[in-house]
Amino acid sequence: MSAAEQFTFTPENAEMARAIVAKYPAGKQQSALLPLLDLAQRQNQGWLPRAAMDHVAAFLGLAPIRVYEVATFYTMYNLKSIGRHHVQVCTTTPCWLRGSDQIIDACRHRLGIDVGETTPDGKFSLSEVECLAACVNAPVVWVGDDFFEDLDAASMTRLLDDLAAGKQPKAGPQIKRQTSAPASGAKTLTGKDA
Amino acid sequence: MPKLTINGTEVTVDAGTTVLQACEQLGIEIPRFCYHDRLQIAGNCRMCLVEMEKSPKPIASCAMPVNEGMVIRTNTPKVRKARNGVMEFLLINHPLDCPICDQGGECDLQDQAMAYGLDRSRYAEFKRAVPDKDLGPLIETHMTRCIHCTRCIRFATDVAGVEELGTMGRGEHMEIGTYVEKALTSELSGNMIDLCPVGALNSKPYAYTARTWELVRTETIDVLDAVGSNINVNSRGREVMRVLPRLNEEINEEWISDKTRFAYDGLRRNRLDRPYVRKNGVLEPATWQEALGTVASKMTGIGGGGMAAIAGDLACVESMMALKDVFEQLGSPHLDCRQDGAKLGASVRASYLFNTTIAGIEDADVCLLIGTNPRWEAALVNARLRKRYLRGGFRVFSIGPRLDLTFPVENLGAGPETLGAIAGGGHPLVETLSAAIRPMLVVGQGALARPDGAAILAAAWRIAVTCRMVRDSWNGFNVLHTAAARVGGLDIGFVPGKDGADTGAILDGAASGRLGLVYLLGADGIDMRRLGSTFVVYQGHHGDAGANRADVVLPGAAYTEKPATYVNTEGRVQQAKRVVFPPGEAREDWAIVRALSETVGAHLPYDNLNELRSRVERQFPHFTAHDVAPRAPWSSFGTEGRMDPAPLRSPIDDFYMTDPICRASETMAACSALYVGSAPGKTGTHG
Repeated sequence: MSAAEQFTFTPENAEMARAIVAKYPAGKQQSALLPLLDLAQRQNQGWLPRAAMDHVAAFLGLAPIRVYEVATFYTMYNLKSIGRHHVQVCTTTPCWLRGSDQIIDACRHRLGIDVGETTPDGKFSLSEVECLAACVNAPVVWVGDDFFEDLDAASMTRLLDDLAAGKQPKAGPQIKRQTSAPASGAKTLTGKDA
Repeated sequence: MPKLTINGTEVTVDAGTTVLQACEQLGIEIPRFCYHDRLQIAGNCRMCLVEMEKSPKPIASCAMPVNEGMVIRTNTPKVRKARNGVMEFLLINHPLDCPICDQGGECDLQDQAMAYGLDRSRYAEFKRAVPDKDLGPLIETHMTRCIHCTRCIRFATDVAGVEELGTMGRGEHMEIGTYVEKALTSELSGNMIDLCPVGALNSKPYAYTARTWELVRTETIDVLDAVGSNINVNSRGREVMRVLPRLNEEINEEWISDKTRFAYDGLRRNRLDRPYVRKNGVLEPATWQEALGTVASKMTGIGGGGMAAIAGDLACVESMMALKDVFEQLGSPHLDCRQDGAKLGASVRASYLFNTTIAGIEDADVCLLIGTNPRWEAALVNARLRKRYLRGGFRVFSIGPRLDLTFPVENLGAGPETLGAIAGGGHPLVETLSAAIRPMLVVGQGALARPDGAAILAAAWRIAVTCRMVRDSWNGFNVLHTAAARVGGLDIGFVPGKDGADTGAILDGAASGRLGLVYLLGADGIDMRRLGSTFVVYQGHHGDAGANRADVVLPGAAYTEKPATYVNTEGRVQQAKRVVFPPGEAREDWAIVRALSETVGAHLPYDNLNELRSRVERQFPHFTAHDVAPRAPWSSFGTEGRMDPAPLRSPIDDFYMTDPICRASETMAACSALYVGSAPGKTGTHG
């Protein structure tokens, strides 16, 4: 049977799931639904088949429909199989003003797929997403557990090259900038530019 | 008790009342879609907005509890504007296809758009369309019409107890559905059609067959189970077009089961619309005269002691009374209204009633189910049990099959040995029952329709007594019937007279040839093979098992075709009304018996229905009080004896196929194939 038809937590994940449930008061175990779905999604190559949702429902003693409701509500749960790297490009206003269109184009060009598609080798999926709440460093792309910020077409292409080559690129700003400090360098009272 | 002012009128209401309810108490109408007084409050449609002093925005009155000194206004320009706006938003994605919508004419959205909406649309953009969902053979969906009030979801989750409906996606993409395509597994699902304030959920069998304003509405009662649900039968011409529930807080509240609602197409099919007489082994059409003459000459030839009568599950009190009178006059004591062979006596009324009453379930705190599956035997009794469970502090135990009753049930054992242990006082449950304030037990027909039924009844009686279930103002002893005719039959004593034979003995007598004639008054639930070569008269309305075996068929009227009295499982006397006339040459059942009495020379002292009813009332005075469940005096009953250790089981194997009307219904056949055929034991009749 394929993963889509059958799902149970691995022993380690089941242990972790129990630890997550234990964080909530007795009788409120359904509060653990979101982290458990995330755990299941991680275990299942980044997406949630129905079997995984049913397993989580049984794990928490919920009716399956209550899990489906939550899983369909949040866009971060993928209900269809997804590429190894899920490239999520923010196109909300600040990122758009800072050139997210070029980022999308760079992805299209480098990967040969359109938004909402997955490469034939199953390595990349490309999505457009709404604000990722890192507007200071726009434009922003989210891959796996990392944000890649201050991108342009060239750095985006390089990022995809690295991912394709199996390297783990450096997360955060892709220009010379310390986290969300001003792009032109530190401008604080104690800094050199003061 | 908080005091508030609504539109300048001061009103004092109970704490916890919502503003909407307070307005209703003053007779002020507040439009609403999502709010329903039997469901949890959702507060999502925003149609009930009113103005509250000191609040910068209008408030949703359905979800706002009243507070001391609140000042509410429901008739200001701001409120009108708010309702206009909400209505406009609700209609943005609504297709406005009222002319082809079954809900048209009885649609909340239509009515409220007329009353509170704008007179034209300003919306020129594209509307969204939503794929229809397949919810099974009963509910037709038009999801584009849905306004997301979530009443159906709340009904399924709370009242029906099947968590299968939910909202998928969000915002513009939100849809109501089951996520996985599946039919709803509830016996109460049809109620969602009534609850839906728009045309999103419609009745599939009724779809496109009539417009609401063409229908004639008749308030009557249902007889497809022993609950006696109050219904409103809608007819057009000579056809029943649909069945809707009628409010009765004591019995069905405002719900009915899917069988009650959807079996009506069985009233059109397989009907006996003319008399038949068997000639050379074949049933041939005959005239009334010929048929009655054949029966009368047979009866005269055989004489009283050689004939017997069995009344079926749908027989009315009047026809049973008339038949009993005829048989008594002809000198036959062989009568029985218990075609399933239930070991219930007619002498103590409390021994065969649901004494707690259905509404009384809400006062109970512990319940013991003995050999019964209320979900299938009486879906609305089960709904009441669930309602009580949801309020908390209610434990349910069962002896018999393990079942999913939509609430937790602690199964104590499968057979009578557990029952014996409790009755003997040696079971831990005795302590729980005795400590309860209002304990109740329910004995099902599955436990009574066995050879040791009288011993089981006695054990149940013993439990009721030792656990003090019968007190001054409380009677926790209950028998749950499955047949609408049963309590009425026992009430009028349609049971064996002196030295008379009961159902089992009648069948034995027929098989051995001791009985020359068996009169089946709508009795289709007996083993016809055991009738041997006896002369069988079948009086009924459907070509079912009885008519198949009969030598003479006398076509009678179904429950929608005659004014008739029925007594429900609580002992509540109710009258069904004639909605349409019986088909063809079929006649009202009491009149058939009356005509037969004349032919056979046993004159009955009544010539019309009122005189017959007066006779019933004179002999059995409780028939004068309609629509009440009078308390029956307690006494001892049952016969203590050895109980067979065989496990108890419910008499109903298939909720959708319990009587001749259901068996003739295509809708019920589809449900049976889907819910029972493909998923054996899903609700677990046999555990």
